Amino acid sequence: MSEREKAPAGGSATPAARRIAGSVVSGLLPPLVAVVAAMLATSVLIAAFGGSPGDFLQVIFSVPNDRVLLTIINQSAMLSISGIAAAIGFRMGLFNIGVEGQYIVGSCAGAFFAGSGLVAGPLNILATLVVAALAGAAYASIAGLLKVFRGVSEVISAIMLNYIALTMAGYLVTKYGQASGYTFTTERLPLDAQPLGFKIFADAPGDVWALSSLALILGIGYWFLIARTRFGFELRVTGASSTAALASGVNVKRMTLITMALSGAVAGLVWMPAYFGSVHTFGVPENFQAGLGFLGLAVALLGRNRTLGIFFAAALFAFLSGQSNNLQSAGIAKDVIDITQGTTVLAVVVAYEVVGRRRARSEAERVSRQLEAERAEVVAS
Amino acid sequence: MTTQHQGFSAEVARARTFRYTWWLAALAVIVVISTVRLYTGADRITAPGTLRAAIIGACPILLAGLGGLWAERAGIVNIGLEGQMLLGTWGAAFFAYHYGPLAGVLGAALMGLLGGLLHAIATVSFGVDHIISGVAINIVGLGAVGFLAKTTFDDLEGGGPRNLSGYSTPPEFTVPLLADGARSLADRNWFIISDVAGAIAGVTTRLSLLTVLTFALVGVTAWVLWRTSFGLRLRSCGENPQAAETLGIDVYRYKYVAVLISGAFAGLGGAYLAMVASSSFTVGQTGGRGYIGLAAMIFGNWRPSGVLTGSLMFGYTDGISLLSNSGVLVHALLLLVAIGLAVFAVLKLRAAEKVTAAVMAGLSIGAFVWYFSSDSVNTSFTGMTPYVVTLFVLAVFSQRLRMPAADGQQYRRGGAG
Repeated sequence: MSEREKAPAGGSATPAARRIAGSVVSGLLPPLVAVVAAMLATSVLIAAFGGSPGDFLQVIFSVPNDRVLLTIINQSAMLSISGIAAAIGFRMGLFNIGVEGQYIVGSCAGAFFAGSGLVAGPLNILATLVVAALAGAAYASIAGLLKVFRGVSEVISAIMLNYIALTMAGYLVTKYGQASGYTFTTERLPLDAQPLGFKIFADAPGDVWALSSLALILGIGYWFLIARTRFGFELRVTGASSTAALASGVNVKRMTLITMALSGAVAGLVWMPAYFGSVHTFGVPENFQAGLGFLGLAVALLGRNRTLGIFFAAALFAFLSGQSNNLQSAGIAKDVIDITQGTTVLAVVVAYEVVGRRRARSEAERVSRQLEAERAEVVAS
Repeated sequence: MTTQHQGFSAEVARARTFRYTWWLAALAVIVVISTVRLYTGADRITAPGTLRAAIIGACPILLAGLGGLWAERAGIVNIGLEGQMLLGTWGAAFFAYHYGPLAGVLGAALMGLLGGLLHAIATVSFGVDHIISGVAINIVGLGAVGFLAKTTFDDLEGGGPRNLSGYSTPPEFTVPLLADGARSLADRNWFIISDVAGAIAGVTTRLSLLTVLTFALVGVTAWVLWRTSFGLRLRSCGENPQAAETLGIDVYRYKYVAVLISGAFAGLGGAYLAMVASSSFTVGQTGGRGYIGLAAMIFGNWRPSGVLTGSLMFGYTDGISLLSNSGVLVHALLLLVAIGLAVFAVLKLRAAEKVTAAVMAGLSIGAFVWYFSSDSVNTSFTGMTPYVVTLFVLAVFSQRLRMPAADGQQYRRGGAG
């Protein structure tokens, strides 16, 4: 918004072009620098404890085999959905740290509903998605309502709600699910509601899950909502300045509630690709993948809340995680990739901050130079 | 002159009544607890073993909460407590294994401090959003501990890729005479006397030095932050950093110090988990206690005494969930909660806050119904208690809570113009 460049009145094309190129560089450079810095930091740490950073980099940058590639694609789809959920909040200045809890609730509700087979056949898939989204939205609304009506920070309430969600899900599955081995799970998804995946590699086990395509649909939907609708405009205005939004007639309280619910609805869908694609049941911790919510926040930050950026960031994170599975054979704990991911986030926000400050300074210098020149002109005439 | 004097004496009188009210309230709480114990027959509510477990449950939360307090009083929100605590668990195990328990405690504090340093660099020097930095530190902390454990513990005797045992822990001691005397009184199951004796016995039996240190740190924190000029300056950075700057305070330095101390406290919390609450280390030992510490701090309205109260309460629920057959115990506590809510409802009604009173009364009735319609409570709910209580407190008392005015805001040097 603010960085959208306008050609200065009467200015020649060259500086404008240079400035556009500059903004492209300042948009792409920080993530790139951040990733490099994070890889470097991880390598240094590995070397410091007597490991071989060469082995680490070799494993991470090796060409993934078909099986790993499928994992990367599916994981990046789920991370994208999580990133979009977080980005919806970020665009309005809401920090929805509760994506983690909301997708647990969405997954739990969705799995219970789908397993019950209330709706027969493929229609079950659609109905389950609605249920999961509604559950996520309802859960997010608790934080939204507390913020609007009681002035409670959404960050604090969402942290509490994350833990409540995990415990509640565990309790519900133990109480109303069925025993399978030592753990409890929800009833299995009926066979007629299991969609076929995209078999892109004939000889590798597994496929790209059918609902991984949900990431694309939601990504396009998110872009359209933010960039092409009045609601999206109001959302961005509120994010830029809630007082200005209020003054121009936006109902900020209503916007907060809707945005929170919308973010939660998307969050509720995060785990659905895995559920319909391979797991077909839900139970914590074995039959569930936790942590996607927190990584979604990181993905949204790295991707600057833009659809394409989120896709790229999700692919990067999924790539790192997927490749890290081979680290065990190199004698390095795969946890090390968490360090890389965490450091990437930290480095990218620092880089954006530095770039932002530099841009502000050069802008100020440019203005003062212009003023100087104008004054000189006045004096000369 | 006289009016001034009158004003002063009125203030003293008010302070005295205030203190008097607190003592009365504390006494009333003990009476209610004791009554509930006799009524439900759940004698273990105040048994020495239970209270010992409660204190062990409370200490890590207390240390994390105090850590959060230090940072937030200087205006920096530290969500990274969890990650710093995790680093502390590894530091405690590593240094204690190689160099003894004292080194373990110091090493844990040092590791937490390093986590704090990362947070300080990001938030103070670079002005990064505090929550983002904290979330990143938690991701890094978990990864680092997994990596470090595998790298440094796998080849040790008593170690594995994700755990370590066989290191020495800080000494424990039992206060002579007092502990035995209190214990024998506690076993009599007398009204009130046994409950208080149970508490005393629980505190004085097999008391770890680290526990003593933890409680001492509450006093130290309160004294430094509210009774020294250093503390006043530090808090001024959390209330109004621009004003502090105009008075010549180096705001960056104070924020750095606060966040470093915050990290060190969280690291000590990790040491407590790996050395006192358990005598071995496992990856991911904190189980969200950093967040519970944050909850305790908010519950305690950003004050040391409040953090202590919150930690003891949350630690109690944490501690008893580890005891055998705790479902019955929690069931008895449910009655206590129901009574407490009813009392609050009456108080709120007298204060003419009708909506709040109605909500409280409704919840109280719900708790009573739950109590009388069941024999035991699923222990999942005990684990949830701190979070539910904090949400509840936030929802009901949010207008009364007062966090530092510039908490979580970005500050840049020269901002005062």
